[in-house]
Amino acid sequence: MEETAHEAVGLTFHPLDQFALTPLFGGGGADYNPPFYALTNATLWMALAVLGIFLLFVVSTRSRSVIPTRSQSVAELVYSFIRKMVDDVAGHDAGRFFPLILTLFLFILFTNFFGLLPMSFTATSHIAVTAVLGFGVFLFVTVLGFMLNGKKFLGLFWMTDAPLFLRPIIAVIELISYFVRPVSHSIRLAGNVMAGHTVIKVFAGFAQVAAISPFAILGVAAIYGIEILVAGIQAYVFTILTCVYLKDALHPGH
Amino acid sequence: MEHDANAVEAELTHGTAVPSGEGPIPLLQPAYFDNLIFWAVVALVAIYFILTKMALPRIGSTLATREGTISSDLSAAEALRTQARDAQAAYDKAVSDARAESNRIAQQTRDEIQAQLDTALAQADAQIEARAAQGARAVAEIQAQAQASVAEVARDAAREILRVMGGQVDEAAVDRAVAARVGG
Repeated sequence: MEETAHEAVGLTFHPLDQFALTPLFGGGGADYNPPFYALTNATLWMALAVLGIFLLFVVSTRSRSVIPTRSQSVAELVYSFIRKMVDDVAGHDAGRFFPLILTLFLFILFTNFFGLLPMSFTATSHIAVTAVLGFGVFLFVTVLGFMLNGKKFLGLFWMTDAPLFLRPIIAVIELISYFVRPVSHSIRLAGNVMAGHTVIKVFAGFAQVAAISPFAILGVAAIYGIEILVAGIQAYVFTILTCVYLKDALHPGH
Repeated sequence: MEHDANAVEAELTHGTAVPSGEGPIPLLQPAYFDNLIFWAVVALVAIYFILTKMALPRIGSTLATREGTISSDLSAAEALRTQARDAQAAYDKAVSDARAESNRIAQQTRDEIQAQLDTALAQADAQIEARAAQGARAVAEIQAQAQASVAEVARDAAREILRVMGGQVDEAAVDRAVAARVGG
């Protein structure tokens, strides 16, 4: 992580340096090209997210108390929240996919929030990571749709309610929108997270000028507040869209 | 030339140390993709197994247990409420029974006292009447004696007056005159 304020002359902004991968044990630099198995800062912060999920969902619930402790209550709240979302949006027969959806939600939520810690790394700011999520959901839902419904899954694109001459046009539009789904799904998340983190760094860069530094710090604080909202909301949006796509696979006839 | 070009390139990449200046920005750096994708998949699989193998069965059973506890507590509370209502009814009945009983006893006592009172009043009336009769008799006696005494005194006085006046004392006439006058 480069500290911008150390450069003596003029304003220097390097708001994107926070997204660079660095090896955990020495080396790195601008042309760092890690092998896929290398332990990087991304590895560290994703591992911390897994650890956080483990602490919240396994360690804090180990007492199985009927009257929950505080952290157990939080875990049960998240469980019930996502459970209800899956039931309401994707239908009751989507219950078997609840663990998958909770996995997505928790991964995004924890990486988003851990990414808000100073000096941390936000995995969800990288399109490569969110594409794994978005295209993973897309492939899963598409394969599931064909496995469960066979050719009837294509009814998703063929609107029998529409007048006959409009149906091919609608089918083309529906097809395009269907294939845009994973792209928008992943870019929405990465874009939101990346933009917020970048704006924070830009404000922080302005803090180099003594005269405007109070406003810059205020700006950082304000954007940070918004980022806290974004971290939760984007996890929620990604999850509920996944439920919507899942519903299409389970009930393509609407 | 070849060497120079390499040196320039090396200087460009190393000298910047600022990825935002040259080359692709970190977010679109293809060199990162395999690493990020690999670790993201590892993290997702790890989370999935943590959830399915440990967390979800546990939380699900805890929630089910809680629901069971709550519903059994609720039905127990319902049973207790019914019991309480029965107890309340029994208590109310006992209270009204006791009240009726106490009214009955009070009435009985009142009647007994009234009967005793009536007897006592009747006795007292009888005594009072007896006393009054006695008194009346005594008064009559005294009156009769007084009447007799008055006639006696009147006769004596009449005889004495006659004797003083030098007349003949006709005993029978005096008695008749006195009796006529005094009514004794």
